[in-house]
Amino acid sequence: MKFGVVVYPGSNCDADCYHVVKNVLEQPVEYIWHEETSAGGFDCLILPGGFSYGDYLRAGAIARFSPVSQRVADFAAKGGLVLGICNGFQILLEAGLLPGAMKRNQRLKFTCHQSFLRVENTDNPFAGRLVRGQVIQVPVAHGEGNYYCDEQTYQELEKNNQIVFRYCDRDGTLTPEANPNGSLESIAGIVNKQGNVLGMMPHPERCAEEILGGTDGLSIFASIITWWERGGQLG
Amino acid sequence: MFKAEVFVTLKKSILDPQGQAITDALHALNYQQVKDVRMGKYLQLKLEAASGEEARTAVTQMCEKLLANTVIEDYQIKISEV
Repeated sequence: MKFGVVVYPGSNCDADCYHVVKNVLEQPVEYIWHEETSAGGFDCLILPGGFSYGDYLRAGAIARFSPVSQRVADFAAKGGLVLGICNGFQILLEAGLLPGAMKRNQRLKFTCHQSFLRVENTDNPFAGRLVRGQVIQVPVAHGEGNYYCDEQTYQELEKNNQIVFRYCDRDGTLTPEANPNGSLESIAGIVNKQGNVLGMMPHPERCAEEILGGTDGLSIFASIITWWERGGQLG
Repeated sequence: MFKAEVFVTLKKSILDPQGQAITDALHALNYQQVKDVRMGKYLQLKLEAASGEEARTAVTQMCEKLLANTVIEDYQIKISEV
């Protein structure tokens, strides 16, 4: 399975994503510079975290118009897997590949710490190796992770099982204290309706090896590989 | 040559934590009379267009595409000739 890590000017988590795929999971992976318009032959594209274009105007607002972003959209439209992490999630929202928008963290602080996530839905390529209701620990590091969508969109997310991760406490309870940014209904990660595009604010690439203090993040990457190896079909 | 002034603000239904923080700060400075603050963005564009209407049409498209995130933001445009 071939992975591509998209690199925008200002992306800074690309190397960590690349490392997890190449060295921890030993899968073929390449960087894709944002000016590349011929990104073919990939099975999964990763939009990594960082501050693409300095977060100028709005986080992800300018990156969505980078040449490579149309390739990502075309790839997603054909059912290709796209994993957007942090700034990657913001870019997917700005590009309309995922519904909703990000606002500034409610407490206005850049929040940077370990977070607990409750797995809401495993019927997708990104969480197949996890169990519904499971609590995993993944670090967050963001200033604009306050996910918002209107009521109608939220009802659709619920109805279509698009909410994949929510912030919770270590027991899996959703509380305002456990929510680092005030996001709607503690949403930390969602998929699109087809299930092939996932955006999440926490950083699974930062907890993919024991030496970093945990490997819950590795399960997400491993889920993608397992799904693909089983000839994954989207529901 | 036209000047376009674009005011981008959060939609009324969206909670504005920055505005709230500014309100609290103003209260701390004894301006209790301030009941609410909402913070937005102001952009100034200089652009060429055949007419003010054409300028407005173009800037509206720019707002819809890039300058505002219409999921959570509204925008207002003022056009003047320079």
